[in-house]
Amino acid sequence: MSTHTTREKLLWTIAILIVVFYALLPVLWILSLSLKDPATIGDGRFLPQDWSLKNYEQLFETDAFTYALRNSIGIAAIATLISIFLGSMTAYAIARLQFPGKGLILAGALAVAMFPPISIVGSLFDLWRQIGFFDTWWGLIIPYMTFTLPLAIYTLSAFFREIPWELEQAAQIDGATPWQAYRKVIVPLAAPGVFTAAILTFIFAWNDFLFANTLTSTDRARTVPATLAFFTGGSQFEDPTGVISAAAVVVTIPIIIMVLIFQRRIVAGLTAGAVKG
Amino acid sequence: MAEIQLDNVTKRYGDGYEAVKDMSLDIHDGEFVILVGPSGCGKSTALRMIAGLEDITEGELKIGGEVVNERAPKDRDIAMVFQNYALYPHMTVRENMGFALKLAKVPQAEIDEKVEEAARTLDLTEHLDRKPGHLSGGQRQRVAMGRAIVRDPAAFLMDEPLSNLDAKLRVQMRTEVSRLQSRLGTTTVYVTHDQTEAMTLGDRVAVMRAGVLQQVGTPAELYNEPANLFVAGFIGSPAMNFMPATIEGDRVKLPFGEVTLGPEARERVGRAEGVRNVIAGIRPESFEDAAMVGEARDSGATFPAKIDLVESMGSELYAYFTVEQERVESQELAELAEDSGVGEVPGAGGEGQVVARLDAASKARRGEDLELWVDTNKLHFFDADDGRNLARS
Repeated sequence: MSTHTTREKLLWTIAILIVVFYALLPVLWILSLSLKDPATIGDGRFLPQDWSLKNYEQLFETDAFTYALRNSIGIAAIATLISIFLGSMTAYAIARLQFPGKGLILAGALAVAMFPPISIVGSLFDLWRQIGFFDTWWGLIIPYMTFTLPLAIYTLSAFFREIPWELEQAAQIDGATPWQAYRKVIVPLAAPGVFTAAILTFIFAWNDFLFANTLTSTDRARTVPATLAFFTGGSQFEDPTGVISAAAVVVTIPIIIMVLIFQRRIVAGLTAGAVKG
Repeated sequence: MAEIQLDNVTKRYGDGYEAVKDMSLDIHDGEFVILVGPSGCGKSTALRMIAGLEDITEGELKIGGEVVNERAPKDRDIAMVFQNYALYPHMTVRENMGFALKLAKVPQAEIDEKVEEAARTLDLTEHLDRKPGHLSGGQRQRVAMGRAIVRDPAAFLMDEPLSNLDAKLRVQMRTEVSRLQSRLGTTTVYVTHDQTEAMTLGDRVAVMRAGVLQQVGTPAELYNEPANLFVAGFIGSPAMNFMPATIEGDRVKLPFGEVTLGPEARERVGRAEGVRNVIAGIRPESFEDAAMVGEARDSGATFPAKIDLVESMGSELYAYFTVEQERVESQELAELAEDSGVGEVPGAGGEGQVVARLDAASKARRGEDLELWVDTNKLHFFDADDGRNLARS
């Protein structure tokens, strides 16, 4: 980097600022809306005239949002855990073993990921009603896993391939069972991959609106994105823009926390020093 | 501690390729045995079969008298040092070395004690709490050794453990390994492609080629009585010189002249009937500057040679000269040349180039003629067809 001239640095800084500004503008706008007094919501100013937390108070006045938050966290967390658990084992097998049907599994996973969700949501609705999964957590967790597993398998198998096989053999010789070698050596080393896959899976489940809206009907399993759509204003003439913005800000917080926690684990070069050259 | 026995062990892959063919080898308790050979000769595969990392297609493997063919690596009580060390990068040196003991549910206090003792032996004490990523190559190598010795296993298996170190460190670690092994007295199987390592380290050395065990013996046996052309060419540096020759009685016609065999050589070769075409092998140190020989002169023959090149090592000289000869045709020699890389250098290795190791005081000069002496007792002769040493047939 020392070879960069001042001029280059300046240009880079400007370019980065433009990109950051472009990316964050909508977020800042929502933050601004959520802090505006309901009366001045349409004033078109970027900075609120009267700072107020009224929208946030109104958001938590009823239980609807709290329930939705609980559902969102629970469903996304469970879907993530199961996806990572199953995905890592599948990815491990794909990265390490030669077995018939390996290509088929990968192709199948890819095909599932490419399937448009909208095309299955109708039949899922009927099926779930029949077998009693409608409006339950599992009713959402299962379709989420369908779409996040391929992602997890692809990400993780790429990471597993990077881990030298000798490490596992060393563990076996050190007296580890295959399961111990997997859990104590392979998984810790694939941690960046595991966390990357976990974040992607979590975000997918957290942000989904289509399934959440279609496959739920009450507070029992309705997640935040679906709940937001059901928000009403204080009166029928009032648009709940402020409250929705406040909710949008609140739902972003867990994602930010999660990324911040996991980001520290997503460091390159975790396998440095394992093998020579 | 235990002995390791390979009984007609064969490794055949799914595509029919045989990496190890019908290998039988007895490794005694506490012995240091080296498997050596060019790359692809099956030595690593053999080691990995002992470790349990490769299945054995045919034959029996016994460790401590018990057949272990079907046992998982963890149940064989062996420790292995990998070529690339295979340290667990997410664990500290202490955890790396204690991992096996921890898995074996040894009490933590005992683990600490053993790890610290091993660390003292290997001079790693101050690095115990560092991760492998922050260690130098030599330190990593020692950690890999440490991981093996803390367990006090029945046998050590080492797969080219020194090949990733630079030349100086390699020599240093070589002595270290040797000292460690003789102190611990643990049965050790050590794989290398470096014949110098094999010769200096092993109680016995097993030379392999293309999956077949060629010869097993002490370093001196391999050096002085190679079983065939391959072993003769592989062991020793600079390598043995090969040239076509004909034996008739005790007269041998070599490209640079006809000599009479010394009594030792004659005894080894035995009585040949009629004229026999053979390949003669002469080690570089069997030559000497005729002016430096003195009393031993009578046990050899002298001949003039035009020196092409002189390399001075300080303690000795390597003089290269060319002899008129037909090319020695042998698959084993071709393979050796290919392995050492000389096959790709035009004009080198084949075509009658001979190297002689001379006394440092020799007056050998590039481009000048020199009277050379060859010790006729130290000549080796190999069957021109199958490469076997005549002395052993």
